Amino acid sequence: MLSQQLVNGVLLGAVYALFALGFTLMFGVLKVINLTYGFYFTAGAYIALALADYGLWLALPLAAVGSGVAAVVVDALLLTRLRRTGAPELASLMVTLGAVLALNAAMTAWLGPDIRRFPPSMIPATAFALGDTRVTAAQILIFVATIVLVGALLSLIRLTRLGLAIRALASRPDAAGLMGINPARTAAIVSFLSGGLAGAGGVLIALSSNAIQPYMGEEMLLRGFVVIIVGGLGDIRGALIAGLLLGMVETLTAGYIASELKDAVGFLILVLVLWTRPLGLFGRAIIRRA
Amino acid sequence: MTVPDWLNDFLWTYQNLINALGVNGLLALSMYVVLAVGQLSLGQAAFMGLGAYSSALMTVQLHLPFPLVLPLSCVIPVLFALIIGGPTLRLTGVYLAIATIGLGEVLRAVYLNIDLLGGPMGLNGIPESAETWMIYALLATATALLWVVGKSRVGRAMEAMREDETAAQVMGVNLWRYRLGALVASAALAGLAGCLNAHVSDFIGPNEYGFEPAVTILSYALLGGIGTPLAPVLGAWVLTLLPELLRGISDIRLVINGLIIVVAVLFLPAGLFPWRLRRG
Repeated sequence: MLSQQLVNGVLLGAVYALFALGFTLMFGVLKVINLTYGFYFTAGAYIALALADYGLWLALPLAAVGSGVAAVVVDALLLTRLRRTGAPELASLMVTLGAVLALNAAMTAWLGPDIRRFPPSMIPATAFALGDTRVTAAQILIFVATIVLVGALLSLIRLTRLGLAIRALASRPDAAGLMGINPARTAAIVSFLSGGLAGAGGVLIALSSNAIQPYMGEEMLLRGFVVIIVGGLGDIRGALIAGLLLGMVETLTAGYIASELKDAVGFLILVLVLWTRPLGLFGRAIIRRA
Repeated sequence: MTVPDWLNDFLWTYQNLINALGVNGLLALSMYVVLAVGQLSLGQAAFMGLGAYSSALMTVQLHLPFPLVLPLSCVIPVLFALIIGGPTLRLTGVYLAIATIGLGEVLRAVYLNIDLLGGPMGLNGIPESAETWMIYALLATATALLWVVGKSRVGRAMEAMREDETAAQVMGVNLWRYRLGALVASAALAGLAGCLNAHVSDFIGPNEYGFEPAVTILSYALLGGIGTPLAPVLGAWVLTLLPELLRGISDIRLVINGLIIVVAVLFLPAGLFPWRLRRG
């Protein structure tokens, strides 16, 4: 019983961490609460659904690219403009709020509110059992993908010139511009990466839950806030740890205290962390101080 | 006093809308108060929920008369604001926004899990004892009060804080006191709005006070602007009336609603009603 709970907790945590990766990157570098992030997550799942006939290994990367492009377009149309005029952070929050209302409603009007499912051929149906503990192949896929993506993102940010430019933009946008970094181009790349990560996360998580509907991203968004704040804004390793922690705490709360409290416990942690350690549990933003 | 038939028909048909306009106006003022000191606090929906639930319990369980319930509906939201104010107001910007949203979600979970509060079903059968004139009397009083405060020394200090906190502090503005004061006033207004909302609709549920209402209330103030207390109220009216006017094209109603917010923020950064208070 306990072993299954712990495994479930880790796997749920991997889902949260996977969702939060692009979110923390976007938030940490571009300094906006981008409420459209959930839309890229949903868009990824729908693109993969449309391409399901070509198999997972073609649908997944194309979904990531598609949602990455969507993120770049939204950023270029709405946020670049506000950044240029130095508008307050409130304005960017509001503009993404309006955008996500419009995008979600348009998607619902176009595709309908019904839950859709991937064809059975696309889902790895195998399940593994060790004693009483069961894990599905889709869950393992999410876990492995999360670890791989965290590793890839960390290496990109720490080891490459592009990563250096991203870190510079995160810490001092003005100075970055003076050092020959093109802030607009770097911001577009960050948007593409975050949108792509969101899209890939949407596909993988939809594979595991096998339920795709227009508001699936919105439902993850509040959990995403918890993960990126508890982990520290822009802290990729922190997001991984915080995601796993949240998954574990939620699963154990549901298993041993009361299942109705599952939704609240994350926010309780969020508020306590903000009150005591506003920079996140680990107290540093890796994008700034890698 | 006799009311002409056509007016009576009109009021009867649009009763809900007219009440919603008044309540949303109060909520916009509740948002205005914190934005006016430069605080991005998004707890208004949570305060509204506290006001709604506490007043509904006072009416249904304790059978208190409505004229007593209405003022008492501020008590719990104000106490909550005082308790969370200490640790929360040290945060600024997006951190404050997210902390207040988080508090709202914790409260939502509380409503969902306490039997006395009806759980996911919410509370039913609240007597509809709030009259339309009460809503508008409160709205007018609150707007007038905030107008007077805005024109006073206090209003000048609030505006100074909003523009430049450091400069305001150097000029002797006690930032901490103003922030807490704004939060408490915001909580009281939202509590009243919650009480009125509960007593015009006979039903309240936990999902009426979560994340989405919180951002909707913010959009009232942003669309209207925060130059005067009247601007956010007008913003709330535009955003409340708009979905009614677009009812014929219900499929894309929300799309248009969202686009209007986008366009307003991009092209009208000071809101639809950007005029500012004049001080002598």
